[in-house]
Amino acid sequence: MSVLRHAARVAWKDLRIELRSKEIVYTMAFFGALIVVVYSFAFPVKPDLVRAAVPGMLWVAIAFAGTVGLGRAFDRERENDTMRALLLAPIPRLAVFLGKAAAISLLVLLVALVCAPLLALLLDVDLFAMPAELLLLLVLGAIGFANVGSVFAATLLKVRSRDVLLPVILYPILIPLFVAGTSATEAMIAVKPDLDKLWYWIGFLGIYDAVFLVLSMWVFEALVIE
Amino acid sequence: MGALDKVEIKKLTKRYGTERALGGVNLELAAGKMTALLGHNGAGKTTLLGIVSTLVRATDGTVTYVSSGAPVEGEHVRRQIGMLAHSSLCYAELSAVENLALTAGLYEVDGSPEAITAMLDRVGLEPKARDRAARTYSRGMLQRLALARALLTKPSLVLLDEPFTGLDRGGALALGEQLGILRDAGAIVVVVTHDLEAIAGRTDHVAILRRGQLVFEERGSYSYEQLKDVYHRFAN
Ligand SMILES: Nc1ncnc2c1ncn2[C@@H]1O[C@H](COP(=O)(O)OP(=O)(O)OP(=O)(O)O)[C@@H](O)[C@H]1O
Ligand SMILES: [Mg+2]
Repeated sequence: MSVLRHAARVAWKDLRIELRSKEIVYTMAFFGALIVVVYSFAFPVKPDLVRAAVPGMLWVAIAFAGTVGLGRAFDRERENDTMRALLLAPIPRLAVFLGKAAAISLLVLLVALVCAPLLALLLDVDLFAMPAELLLLLVLGAIGFANVGSVFAATLLKVRSRDVLLPVILYPILIPLFVAGTSATEAMIAVKPDLDKLWYWIGFLGIYDAVFLVLSMWVFEALVIE
Repeated sequence: MGALDKVEIKKLTKRYGTERALGGVNLELAAGKMTALLGHNGAGKTTLLGIVSTLVRATDGTVTYVSSGAPVEGEHVRRQIGMLAHSSLCYAELSAVENLALTAGLYEVDGSPEAITAMLDRVGLEPKARDRAARTYSRGMLQRLALARALLTKPSLVLLDEPFTGLDRGGALALGEQLGILRDAGAIVVVVTHDLEAIAGRTDHVAILRRGQLVFEERGSYSYEQLKDVYHRFAN
């Protein structure tokens, strides 16, 4: 499939630039870690309270840090108008979208993997009781976030107040993702883990990702042409 | 799918809100011809190139791309376009060589070190800068890289928006020569510029836009004096 080959090329380009500058990863990771540290001061470390609050904390940290990274990843394409170069290339415009979204998924996942252990450590909660399930959940969350985020970040590329508008438009659409993420995490770290609930929400997240992936692929080209 | 023979622009209109950037432009661009697209600031030149490059949507009117007698669209058209825009379209964090390798990959053309070196020689980017991040380039160096990026893919529709800005006299002359070579090789070349001296004697076709209208169009070669004359008569 030439779409996937070109998408991989676009994603690899992003990751290579990031490997060199490390700017986005450091900013996101630092911001995410900071949020977690603030939580650890703001909330008393009482087992019950923490157990109830940690899922929300994790996903809010991912959302905030993710938005910072998302904005930067697309700002980079603005710098020398390189987004136009990508859209001008004789590759399906879908490949541009998939490539950007894939690279951003990885960055978001990386940040989630920084925030989760830190949260577990500072708030003394066993987030890693089910490591494989947690990883799956974070992967699905990162994909969903990057996917919806890329559509809106690309659309807002030419808008002056995009930094403010991006979260305002993005978060309402991401509510189902956050609900699923939080509920699944909750089920995972409960005193008696609720496997039915966990898999229900993981399944929900999978469907959310699939639906929005199809939707994004469908609208992306129409949204990015001036 | 091969080179484009012709681009037909019909009744092209572009509105930004209530502002009309283009108001029904008709123009035909032919293979092996260099068109100079002239006009004052805000006349609509960049907008026209944007629509022809497929990146800007027309409000009304059509652009038809013809290859071997049949209309083509989408990726086939984009494959044939070489664009030199106001900005470099190159990644600041990547070097000249890496930028060209990326372009070669996306266009599936020869991206070997030899091919890239040959192209950078052709645009005259100094060898010791080629492996440095483009962020560190001077304005003129970046312009040369942008040109290399546009030419690497062997385009048959070359769209250049103010290609001479930032180039020194030698660079501008060399670029003029390169454009002549492309035209002679059969490409459709469109140059938007305010630098009439740089294109004097090289164009086959002159078109002048004024407030989104095509106010002058004529085929034939123009000397610097003639270009200056028609520009002053029609652009104002
Ligand atoms: N994105 C945009 N939104 C609103 N108006 C625009 C936009 N782009 C261009 N215009 C308007 O369209 C008109 C034509 O602009 P264009 O950039 O095509 O001019 P130009 O001939 O390239 O000028 P210059 O010589 O200064 O580059 C101008 O009046 C400009 O204000
Ligand atoms: Mg312009």
